[in-house]
Amino acid sequence: MNTDAVLEILAAACLVAGSLMSLAAAIGMLRFPDLLSRMHAATKPQVFGLFLLLMGLALQLRSWAAVPVLILAWLFQLLTVPVSAHMVGRAGYRTKHLRKDTLSIDELDEVVRKAAEEENLPMPGESGSPNADEAEEFDTAAAEAELAAESAAQADLRRDADGAAPGR
Amino acid sequence: MTRTRIPLLKEIPLLVWLVIMWGALWQDYSAGNLIFGLAIALVVVNVFYLPPVELGGRLNVLAGLLFVVKFIGNVAVASFQVLWVAVAKGPRTKNAVLAVRLRSRSDLIVTATGHTISLIPGSLVVDVDRSTSTLYLHCLDIESPEGAERFRDQVLRIEEGLIRSIGSKEEMAIIRDGKLQAQQGGTR
Repeated sequence: MNTDAVLEILAAACLVAGSLMSLAAAIGMLRFPDLLSRMHAATKPQVFGLFLLLMGLALQLRSWAAVPVLILAWLFQLLTVPVSAHMVGRAGYRTKHLRKDTLSIDELDEVVRKAAEEENLPMPGESGSPNADEAEEFDTAAAEAELAAESAAQADLRRDADGAAPGR
Repeated sequence: MTRTRIPLLKEIPLLVWLVIMWGALWQDYSAGNLIFGLAIALVVVNVFYLPPVELGGRLNVLAGLLFVVKFIGNVAVASFQVLWVAVAKGPRTKNAVLAVRLRSRSDLIVTATGHTISLIPGSLVVDVDRSTSTLYLHCLDIESPEGAERFRDQVLRIEEGLIRSIGSKEEMAIIRDGKLQAQQGGTR
């Protein structure tokens, strides 16, 4: 067998394995119980799947000029995937779109509760919604109100979008 | 809007990166193309202002390469784990939200660690406490405190790899001290 044939087979194997990763994502989307675990399936296997697909492409094209473009494509995927996953995950957690019964350990819950207690929760904007903390159902208004209180209570828990605060 | 001017020296890594990207997108690395790319990069950097990234002032290429190889290995293994969990456990999967306190205080290291751990299947960053460099991570398929401990170790190893590659001298010292203490604790 000459090298060409070997490379062809390798490329084909990469492409098939990469597609398999997309299949994994689809299965995960179907079978995982809640938003956050589905986020794992929706975002992660593609990182490796795309890597394999691009690898297959590189083996097929066999031109050095194409390699930097493929690396760039992967890099930008790497840069954007965690951000979207984080945004959806964070919003999902804060608006309580998650099922606590799927969690064996929840260490953020304590922090959020403590911060809420410290503030004692009469919110500046809203005069009387003391039950915001107890609203377990997906009551968007209550969730949003709590979100506001939370942000006030723990401004540091947020990443400063404007990247201020020099020297840290 | 007032802005502090960034010294050119600090912008050089960004400029080099933009020029390389320009060349890669055109698939043409001739001098003329790169010089034109540099001109565009200068315009972009000056018109679309971003706060400068505070680099640690160190770069260990070897550690960086090692980190990338380990990272791809991690991603590969974890991808199959997620596939397995999806197929075998599915709706019965137990997850966890864990707080992991990082040792570094630098925004760059914390961000990069969060990014890396997010890319490795089975974990995503739910929230960040910047004042204490604590990452709150949602992790797939963690059922016991032992699993949580293993996961925490993994995050700290990633942070260590990043610090070895691009961390500052102070952060390297923290890592070394930590190692020393762990050894002493082990022999005692």
